[in-house]
Amino acid sequence: MASGQQWVLVEMVQAFYEAPAYHLILEGILILWIIRLLFSKTYKLHDTFKLTEKEKEDLIEEWQPEPLVPLVSKDHPSLNYDVVTGPPTHKIIINGKECINFASFNFLGLLDNERVKQKALASLKKYGVGTCGPRGFYGTFDVHLELESRLANFMKTEEAIIYSYGFATIASAIPAYAKRGDIIFVDEAACFAIQKGLQASRSFIKYFKHNDMEDLERMLKEQELEDHKNPRKARVTRKFIVVEGLYINTADICPLPQLVKMKYRYKVRIFLEESMSFGVLGEHGRGVTEHFGVNIDDIDLISANMENALASIGGFCCGRSFVIDHQRLSGQGYCFSASLPPMLAAAAIEALNIMEEDPDIFTVLREKCKHVYKALQGTPGLKIVGVPCAPALHLQLERSSGSRESDMRLLRSIVEYCMDRGVALTLARYLEKEERFLPSPSLRVVVTIEHTEEDIQKAVSCVQEAASSLLK
Amino acid sequence: MTESPSTKPANGDVCQRVKNGLKPERNGLAKSLYRCHEKKSKHHGQPEEEEVNATSHHGLPYSRPFVESYEQTPMLPAVFTYMSYGILTIFGYLRDFLRYWKIERCNIAGEKEEQRDFVPLYQDFENFYTRNIYIRIRDNWNRPLCGVPGATMDLLERTSPDYNWTFVQSGRVLQDVINLGSYNYLGFAENKGSCADAAAEITKKYGVGVASTRQELGNLDRHEELEKLVARFLGVESAMSFGMGFATNSMNIPALSGKGCLLLSDELNHASLVLGARLSGSTIRVFKHNNMQSLEKLLREAIVHGQPRTRRPWKKILIVVEGIYSMEGSIVRLPEMIALKKRYKAYLYLDEAHSIGALGPRGRGVVDYFGLDPCDVDVMMGTFTKSFGAAGGYIAGKRELIEYLRSHSHSAVYASSMSPPVVEQIITSMKCIMGEDGTTIEGKHYREVKTPPPPRAAPLRCCDRVHQLAKNAVYFRRKLQKMGFIIYGNEDSPVVPMMLYMPAKIAAFSREMLKRNIGVVGVGFPATPIIESRARFCISAAHTKDVLDRALSVISEVGDLVNLKYSRQKTQPSVARSFDDNVFEDIDD
Repeated sequence: MASGQQWVLVEMVQAFYEAPAYHLILEGILILWIIRLLFSKTYKLHDTFKLTEKEKEDLIEEWQPEPLVPLVSKDHPSLNYDVVTGPPTHKIIINGKECINFASFNFLGLLDNERVKQKALASLKKYGVGTCGPRGFYGTFDVHLELESRLANFMKTEEAIIYSYGFATIASAIPAYAKRGDIIFVDEAACFAIQKGLQASRSFIKYFKHNDMEDLERMLKEQELEDHKNPRKARVTRKFIVVEGLYINTADICPLPQLVKMKYRYKVRIFLEESMSFGVLGEHGRGVTEHFGVNIDDIDLISANMENALASIGGFCCGRSFVIDHQRLSGQGYCFSASLPPMLAAAAIEALNIMEEDPDIFTVLREKCKHVYKALQGTPGLKIVGVPCAPALHLQLERSSGSRESDMRLLRSIVEYCMDRGVALTLARYLEKEERFLPSPSLRVVVTIEHTEEDIQKAVSCVQEAASSLLK
Repeated sequence: MTESPSTKPANGDVCQRVKNGLKPERNGLAKSLYRCHEKKSKHHGQPEEEEVNATSHHGLPYSRPFVESYEQTPMLPAVFTYMSYGILTIFGYLRDFLRYWKIERCNIAGEKEEQRDFVPLYQDFENFYTRNIYIRIRDNWNRPLCGVPGATMDLLERTSPDYNWTFVQSGRVLQDVINLGSYNYLGFAENKGSCADAAAEITKKYGVGVASTRQELGNLDRHEELEKLVARFLGVESAMSFGMGFATNSMNIPALSGKGCLLLSDELNHASLVLGARLSGSTIRVFKHNNMQSLEKLLREAIVHGQPRTRRPWKKILIVVEGIYSMEGSIVRLPEMIALKKRYKAYLYLDEAHSIGALGPRGRGVVDYFGLDPCDVDVMMGTFTKSFGAAGGYIAGKRELIEYLRSHSHSAVYASSMSPPVVEQIITSMKCIMGEDGTTIEGKHYREVKTPPPPRAAPLRCCDRVHQLAKNAVYFRRKLQKMGFIIYGNEDSPVVPMMLYMPAKIAAFSREMLKRNIGVVGVGFPATPIIESRARFCISAAHTKDVLDRALSVISEVGDLVNLKYSRQKTQPSVARSFDDNVFEDIDD
């Protein structure tokens, strides 16, 4: 066999020598032709035509861009803001009319607390207003360090980091960890700041149904199967669950204990946004972890803003140092932005003091929330969305009137009706085209500890009157 | 380490602009527009790359000399810089190895025991730079202040028992450290005076928080007043304010631009602009820093070729630039930019974070500096953090633009509105710049000025701070150049980057300066290209000549000690600047 093959080879070489020149040339050309066919494109692209300068000029001349912004009609519902004169506290003057404030997130009434103001003033006397720099470049003040350690102590975590803007907190924290290729499981009702953080992270986003743990588990199981198929990829794909403690859009509490169980079962990290629950839920106001008695160390990152219960400005993240410290170089809103004005940090510290000194305020707040919840039940045509202990409730139409626009108009007329009678409520505002899952139109009723029995009575009867006269 | 024009490797959108220490051509005019423009001072054989647009030519876009210099990185420091990064990397690997085998104690906070089998939160290489290089010189950043960040500041002394892994406050205070780091351009970071008083008054009345968004019940009368004032200050129809400068960019660009739109972004744009562009979902193309030819090429290509694949014409093209670039000290070539945008029907988004208040004879920013019409810029953005000594940002422009933002800005719907005392600080300081409150900073004039103040100064008394800043900036820059340091940027810019090159010199320079009671900012990779580590001085109107002179002599001393006088440029840039202000000549030597 082997010798036979050898013989064929020798014969081939011989035939090559003996072949006439024209034959070899022809074969050579054919081979080149085949190579050319193999490498050439099967179709012609049109852009091989070169445009002349003149044609280019014409194209440039002809191009008409859209206007920078579309024209907003004068009666656009969110164009003309209500003007608040004076402090937006318990009594608020809106467009010249004094109302009881059922709209600002000033849950603990710390916004016009005299002690907070005094601390802010003292800080203003010492530091001036602005910091004139980001944290890295002489923008770190002793008050910032103090506030960070106070927040960490209050939340019983290792470390806390403060941001100068509430919205930027979670929106910067998520992309500091989650990168392209990672997977994030998110509740559908997640607030807009979370949505922006997800977008900035460029990770792969999976939305599960609002507070539906079965749906989440199904997704996690699917992912587990996927991981088994491709273990190499799974080893570098980080997985996160992002939830809110108390959802701003639905006033629901997330089922944290189940989430923690799932975290360890499926090895997913949990990021928890607590802007609504911090300073509200739990015996000491530590939020949803305390509410459920979940060990705070089981949550990888907690973020909250200081603009609601603390009635200052800014936000913070807290958790283990291993996690939080990373943001000091990777949290965009932390690194690249001027730090929080010291007087606002000082105000937040004093607000924390008040919260620590008197934990009863949280019980009082919850009682009031439950009271309002109960009183508003059975309002004709309106249904309450949320849990009874949520300080920011939503009232939705029981029956939609047909379109979102007309629903909004109906709800707005209720707001106006109440405002005429001295009760300030607000519509929950959304960017309708930008929201991933647009919540149904709703009125928001915010309860604070400053509301007296009469205030609540008045508000409830106002809403009920409005509903019965405007909703048929 | 912070506040970078986002040249982090993680940001794929932004390309690194420097290879092997050679700078791409920085400047350049769009040739089709200004053929008559004259390149004057391109000296052959001189390392200096510098351009001047002469004033005398008719029809030129510049009403004043425009001098920007970027001396090329000298060969030897470039080689040493690469070597030092090489050595640092080798030692980094060695120490990682030692840590891995527990020979060296590991100070890094670790993962929780129960979570060890999770996918690691950080890739190992992600933190290599932080762990092995940044940490060595970490003491030069985040220095805590305990007072006003004015011309001088009080710093809390820190020591580190474990080579910068942790810091302990010794309890002592370094007093009266000269502040060359804060963006306190006009000196409004004050705890006394009209601004602080007004802010205190409003705190008493309003408190510090708002606890609602602009569209709900967080729209205070103070906000409305501020916005009217900003519009008047800038000379535009309307304005809107936001609670955070960073978020002003990142939350409003998505409202202005979307799918099918093209964003042309300067390669050195700030991280907030890059983030906003990314969130908008538009196509992003990057042009070379302040390079009009590169921009024009992109504009032409974009219009001629349309969108990729579908070839549909772009819906709109938005050029995104900054007024002063905070790491380069360069000023945007606005006149050419405006001509280009008009020619190609693009829109212009101008971020005046550093230039508002700090540039122009009336402090109205870069538009005022070039004497242009603010209406030619479609979107005027700026921050209140820097020149106004407050916090937050604004967007100003045509009425339609602002009306659209009021109804569609992410910030107006979802973010808490600005704190009332902060608003008040801005209102008061802005009025002061506009001369509407009659105050000037007293006792801060140069004592050395022998000639009487120029006659023009009298009606401009209100702008004293603005003038003081302009003088200080030119004075400080020229002095440094004379001493032989390599200084980047525009002659008039109050941001003065001084090249250090080697990473170890960031630490050496900054520590030596602090020893001599001067606080400076050092910036290295990833905020700058890897070999271009630099110190950045921010000049303030609050700096007196005495303070500046003290700082200069110390810089010179430390510069000799650390060997920083790299400049091989023999002569001073002999650009005849036609100042009607003879004070400059006076202070120049």
